[in-house]
Amino acid sequence: MKGGLVVVVATGAVAAAPLVASTYHVLLMLPFMAYAVVLLGLNLLFGYAGLVSFGHALFIGIGAYTGAFLTTHGRVRSLEVILVCAAVLGGLVAVPVAALCVRYVKIYFGMLTLAFGMVFYTFVLKFYRLTGGDEGTPFLRPSLLGRSLDAMPKIDYLVGPYYYYALAVLILATLGMWRIVHSPFGLCLKTIRDNPVKAETLGIGVTRYRFYAFIISAIYAAVGGALLGPPTGNVDPTLAYWTHSGNLVFMTLLGGFASFFGPVVGAFVFIYLQNWVMSIVPYWRLIFGAMLAIIVIFAPQGLMGLVTRRRPVPPSRA
Amino acid sequence: MILQADGLRKFYGEFCALDGVSLRVDAGEFVSIIGPNGAGKSTLINILTGITRPSAGSVRFKDREVGGIGPVRLARLGMARSFQLVQIFPDLTVLETLQAAGVARLGRGGRLFASLAGDREVQEAALEVVELFGLGDKRHTLARQLPQGDKKLLDVASAFALRPEIILLDEPTSGVSTADKTAIMETLVTASRRIGLRAIIQVEHDMDIVFAYSDRIIALHEGKVLADAAPAAIQADQRVIDTVIGRRAGAR
Repeated sequence: MKGGLVVVVATGAVAAAPLVASTYHVLLMLPFMAYAVVLLGLNLLFGYAGLVSFGHALFIGIGAYTGAFLTTHGRVRSLEVILVCAAVLGGLVAVPVAALCVRYVKIYFGMLTLAFGMVFYTFVLKFYRLTGGDEGTPFLRPSLLGRSLDAMPKIDYLVGPYYYYALAVLILATLGMWRIVHSPFGLCLKTIRDNPVKAETLGIGVTRYRFYAFIISAIYAAVGGALLGPPTGNVDPTLAYWTHSGNLVFMTLLGGFASFFGPVVGAFVFIYLQNWVMSIVPYWRLIFGAMLAIIVIFAPQGLMGLVTRRRPVPPSRA
Repeated sequence: MILQADGLRKFYGEFCALDGVSLRVDAGEFVSIIGPNGAGKSTLINILTGITRPSAGSVRFKDREVGGIGPVRLARLGMARSFQLVQIFPDLTVLETLQAAGVARLGRGGRLFASLAGDREVQEAALEVVELFGLGDKRHTLARQLPQGDKKLLDVASAFALRPEIILLDEPTSGVSTADKTAIMETLVTASRRIGLRAIIQVEHDMDIVFAYSDRIIALHEGKVLADAAPAAIQADQRVIDTVIGRRAGAR
């Protein structure tokens, strides 16, 4: 109950941010909300299925480039259509990737996902005519719920309608993921994370569940990737680069992969911390590297692990 | 006949762990497999439960060839097992562990957006097994926080929660105190009657447990069946006494 109240208050605070916070800080909330969607999916794989992907920037790239292509070449401006196309394409690309990767675990799984991510990065970098190479592709301003908002100044668009649209997507994504992790499917994933040998003797097909978890996480990453495009108005290959995948893992560890909301908290803290550290020292990666080491050694459950401890779940909430 | 194995052989490199083992288990039987360390007991259980593929021979379960089909399909066909080294889901509660078995048994694992809490069949089945195994007051305890005896009990309980037709127990009382051993076996026998289990196979070192509960005993030695008989005949078999049971049980 207390946790639910915190979530409601936090959601209210995010919704009120454009009314009370500076434009600068409101704009920082846009990548936070996009990454939060990505990380909800990534953590289905990481926290619930026990697989650490170092290649999920691939699916962010799929989502972002889908939006860019549809708006620049496809004359599609509806963000609803873009999000659906990104989700479908992300899921389709994930099928062969997942089919190969989920047969492996631990470092082998991580390295395979990294390899696929780098294949896609190289593709968008080298196929200049198609992708714009290192310059990227414009992501034209999308319409929201059938309303074209081209006449609106960009900042007003981003801190107004687009902000609330992204928040609505995040809320829907959160509700969907909450249902998934509290479903029979989610329970089976947790058994696989804890003890795959035991899970198999109960009749739970380990590879099949990992495959579905991978597809779902890729769909979330693609949707989040599509949300990253409009604020910058351009998508480029760095979105698919392996360090971007590393950042996703960092955010998840920072917030805490053992908690449902841990990755969301991680995304929020990462975005603001990165912005703050970059403003005071040029060597922000050095600072973040040290932070990662400290988290892994002293707070393996992340920030959420510092403020919560797992309590037994009563049957009505199980 | 519910389970039958013929001419099972298993090689690890040049080492022969099982050498032509055949056995048969009928409905209503409680069969114990005994033998000294290295006799091939765990290899046999792993082959019977589909975890290990035999080098040669066949395993038939309910008149169906199941050799090497894997534990997932065997569990769905109605065969469950527990392990010598206790196997639990450390970060799941006792109730969640048994719910997982119920979800698997009822084929509900593919339900992405269904509420687990709202699935009355899964919830009631899990609570029934919790009570059957006397774990009611610990149902919200994480498995890793249970005492060793209760971890063992949970491992066995989760196999029973599949409501199998046959269950294979690899040393169900190993690592627990002498006092807990009898309690575990009594719980196990009671539970097997309640769920209508058709047969139990156990690997066990404790001869008091073996002779107290078995209808038939199969003695293994160096990968071969040394004897396959009723407990009274096994107790009188000098070869089994010399190689497996030892003087203590032989003097009974």
